[in-house]
Amino acid sequence: MNALLLTLLPSAGGMLLLAAIARYRWAAPLNLGLSILGFTGSLWLAHEVLTRGLVQAPGLRVDVLNAPLLVLTAFVGMTTAFFSLRYMAQVVRAHRIGRSSRRLYHSLYQAFLFTMLLALATDNLGILWVAVEGATLATVLLVSLYRTPESVEAAWKYFILCGVGIAQALFGTVLIYFAAQQAIPDPAQGLTWSVLHQYAPRLHPTVMSIAFVFALVGYGTKVGLVPLHHWLPDAHSEGPAPISALLSGLLLNVALYAVLRLKVLADAPLLAAGHPRLTGYLLMGFGLVSFLVAALFLQRQQDIKRLFAYSSIEHMGLATFAFGLGGGLATFAGLFHMLVHSLTKSSLFITVGHATQVAGSQRLQHIRGLLQTQPALGWGLLLGAVAIAGFPPFGLFTSEFLLISATLDRWPFLSLLLLSGLAMAFAGIFRQLHPVVFGEPPAAQRPVRASLLPVAMHLSLVLWLGLSVPPVLAGWLDQATHLLAGVDAFGGLQ
Amino acid sequence: MTLLALPLQEQAVFVLAAMVLFTSFLLLAQTRLVTSIHTFAWQGGLVAAITALMAWSSDAPHLYLSAALTLGLKALLIPWMLHRLVRRVELDRHTESLAWPAATLLGGAGLVLFSYWVVLPIEHLELAATRNIVAISLSVVLLGMLLMVARRQIVQEVIGFMSIENGLFLGAVTTAHGMPLVVELGVAFDVLVAAILFGVFFLQIRESIESLDADRLDRLSEREPEA
Repeated sequence: MNALLLTLLPSAGGMLLLAAIARYRWAAPLNLGLSILGFTGSLWLAHEVLTRGLVQAPGLRVDVLNAPLLVLTAFVGMTTAFFSLRYMAQVVRAHRIGRSSRRLYHSLYQAFLFTMLLALATDNLGILWVAVEGATLATVLLVSLYRTPESVEAAWKYFILCGVGIAQALFGTVLIYFAAQQAIPDPAQGLTWSVLHQYAPRLHPTVMSIAFVFALVGYGTKVGLVPLHHWLPDAHSEGPAPISALLSGLLLNVALYAVLRLKVLADAPLLAAGHPRLTGYLLMGFGLVSFLVAALFLQRQQDIKRLFAYSSIEHMGLATFAFGLGGGLATFAGLFHMLVHSLTKSSLFITVGHATQVAGSQRLQHIRGLLQTQPALGWGLLLGAVAIAGFPPFGLFTSEFLLISATLDRWPFLSLLLLSGLAMAFAGIFRQLHPVVFGEPPAAQRPVRASLLPVAMHLSLVLWLGLSVPPVLAGWLDQATHLLAGVDAFGGLQ
Repeated sequence: MTLLALPLQEQAVFVLAAMVLFTSFLLLAQTRLVTSIHTFAWQGGLVAAITALMAWSSDAPHLYLSAALTLGLKALLIPWMLHRLVRRVELDRHTESLAWPAATLLGGAGLVLFSYWVVLPIEHLELAATRNIVAISLSVVLLGMLLMVARRQIVQEVIGFMSIENGLFLGAVTTAHGMPLVVELGVAFDVLVAAILFGVFFLQIRESIESLDADRLDRLSEREPEA
């Protein structure tokens, strides 16, 4: 309970407090301080979950599925706040944003963090929806922070597409509540996930399947699943880099988490009705299409942030496909992929953010020879790209390897598509990044004061996870796999 | 079971729900911006009336609160804000020429049929009455989306967005007697924040493209210019 409060309250208070603080010199360190406090809370929370298995408070519930995601969210929130110190100082020096925007930025940063933590921690499907929609509302003004015509357009697109998309998820939620009225003893608890989960086999299968489709379309818009992804590259490329890091590293995960919670609820009645694979096929289809389409679109990007935005769609598609494939191994791979992708992608957006400041442009052809201009930044970008492409010994290799093994076992011919998609994505990213890292730098390119500590932290974590998964995390992921798929991750292999 | 055999309150709910659907079609065909805002306000008022009726007939006092909330937000506050904004950006005499009026309305009718087809399998649950209402609320949601696609005006897109919310709320109230109170308050809060943000955006968009025409928001696309 106290740990939950320490996790959620700093960001909740922070959004009000920082709205009141006008001086940038105080607001930015305070933003970092609050994020550190939240991260401490999440570590304490993780410890509680470890010792007690479950932490509950009225309306909130942290179990093995959301505990690692909560720690991850608080961690990336903290490191990105650290990055934002220097990045935004540069932005302020260049007079790209006005006084009111500076205040808005930090307040909305904490609001965004709070809505994501709330969405992860809540036990109520309605609150989950409110929080995910709240995350959209908190970020639209951050996407249009620079007030350029492009950023305003990107924010408007983001607002409208995600707003309409997420409305479908609310319809799905209403249908679940409707189905719950007939199935559970206390109808007022009809949106409480733990109660619904307990009585899941009694829910009406047809209503639940319609509800799942609506929820998948709704939350899938926020995951960035093709063909609902159009907002994603625009919002990622036009917003400030710290926000791109949070959007890509965290928000997509939160939306996918919502889909997973609902999948568990829909699977039980559909199993009883004789359609055990319906939700799985939907996720597989959406995931595979997103993965392949994004891998193709990667090839023709000319903006470095759009390039990595498409790479996010690709990886979220891969994770979605893994959950759709089902079974212990693939589900474990999907969960693990969510964690390592989030760490890698946010580190990439940090280096990319500084790289655009070095070159003064986001266009790939204007950024050249980072290794010469600022070697540390160049290495950060290069190692991040190596990790995101799924090379050993980084963590993404592990998850992709597990996923392809699971695919070979159950749908052998699909593993060909997966392998060719991975090769295409690799080619797309490296062809574009090679001159950015190794080329001859233009004369005007100057190093900036960069904060590379977050990058080092993220990448060494991804490396560690690739070499050996710590037993605590493995245990959690194993139990979460059991919750999602009903079987142990490595049960079939031993 | 014929609809006439239902108790009187339920019949009244049906009539009101049908009128909500009718206002959705009116929004679809309306060319004058100010009239659209008024129609949207009427739709919010009708949804609030249905909520109040449900509260009275099913003896659920917390629904009175959501009825008041709907009336205040959807029928009064948001239309008033839109009205003020439209006057501020001097669009109050704006009329729009519809590109394909007949096709749009026929498409709308098709969406209503589609909604009935989607909810067809739910029939053996409870009563046929619920199925009708679910179909109507789904239709209102889909018509709102059609409105957003068919119109080029940003204000009209906002009206479409908000009428989607109306449809969702109608579904929640009539099928399940409203959501739990915390959730309803949260949703209302989100809608309010969204309405305020729309206001901010009108001004930002007008500043950046000097128009509120969504067609002119076309700078970002995959066809990048060769610089």
